[in-house]
Amino acid sequence: MLMMSQRPNGDLPGARGVTGRGAASRLCDVEADATLVNRLRDGDEAAFVALVGRYHQPMVRLARTMVSSEAVAEEAVQDTWLGVVRGIERFEGRSSFKTWLFRILANRARSAGAREERIDPILSVDAGRFDAGGQWADPVEQWRTELDDRLEAAVWAPILKSALEQLPSRQRTVVVLRDVEGLSSDEVCSVLGITSGNQRILLHRGRSRMREILDGEMGRD
Amino acid sequence: MLFLRSRDLVCQEMVELVTDYLEGTLSRRDRRRFEHHLRGCPNCTAYLDQIRATIRATGRIEPDDLTPDAREDLTELYRRWRSE
Repeated sequence: MLMMSQRPNGDLPGARGVTGRGAASRLCDVEADATLVNRLRDGDEAAFVALVGRYHQPMVRLARTMVSSEAVAEEAVQDTWLGVVRGIERFEGRSSFKTWLFRILANRARSAGAREERIDPILSVDAGRFDAGGQWADPVEQWRTELDDRLEAAVWAPILKSALEQLPSRQRTVVVLRDVEGLSSDEVCSVLGITSGNQRILLHRGRSRMREILDGEMGRD
Repeated sequence: MLFLRSRDLVCQEMVELVTDYLEGTLSRRDRRRFEHHLRGCPNCTAYLDQIRATIRATGRIEPDDLTPDAREDLTELYRRWRSE
C-alpha cells in the first residue's frame, strides 16, 4: 500500500509519498474509532472488545519500547485499558482516540519505573562511509528488491521486525509511533511530551539505523 | 537544525539532513541546496530512495495477533469494572 500523504508537509517535494500509512486509511480509522468510543460510553462491551482487537497489540509493541520486560509492558497496557473505560467521559475528541490512548499508555509505561533512561549515542549516521572530504567513499548501491512489494512482504516481515528491535529504546518508540502507527510529528510530541526538534533527531537516527540494517540484509538474496 | 553555509553541501551533510528534508523543516534556501546536490549525485539519490523505501516498509510491519487468552482476560477486566 502506498498512498500519497496529504499531511501539512505533503505539498513539499521531499515529503511526498513517504509515510508508511496512507492518510485515507487513517481517516477511516479515526471515524471508526469515534463510533466505537461513542458505543463504549454507552457501556457497549462489544465496542470495548473491538477497540482491544484494534489497539492492544500495537500498545504492547509501543510499551515494549519503553520498559524492560514483556510482563511490565502487558501490565502497563492492561492498566491503560482500565484507565480508558474509567475515563472515557474525559476524552473530548480534541485529539484522535489513538493519540489519546497512546498518551495514557506512554505516561503509564514511564511511571512503571522500569524504563532504563539511556542516552542514545550521539554518532553521526553512517560516519564511516565517507572520506575526509565528506564524499561517499564507496558508491551507494541501488537496492535490488522492492521492500514493499507484496510478493516480498512475507520474506521481509521478520527482518523488519528484528531491525526495529535493534534500535535504541527512544528511537524505537518514535519510529513505531511515526512509521508503524502513522502518527504525525505533532501527535508523537504530544504522546511522548517531547519537543519537535527532539522528535526529529530520534526519528532521523532511528530511520537511518533501520536503513543501515536493511542495507546489510540486501546483499543476501 | 544544522547551520548551513552558502557553499555546496557534501554527501555526509546530505545524509544528516535527509530527515529534515523529508519532514519539510528545511528553509526554502536549504531545500534548494539539498535538491541541487541531489540532481548531481547518484549516490545521494540512491540513499534517499533507500530511506523512502525503509519508511514504506516499516509502515507495513504488522503487530502479532492478539491471543484469544489476552482477549478473554481483557473482556473479563471490562465486565468486572462494569459490575463494580
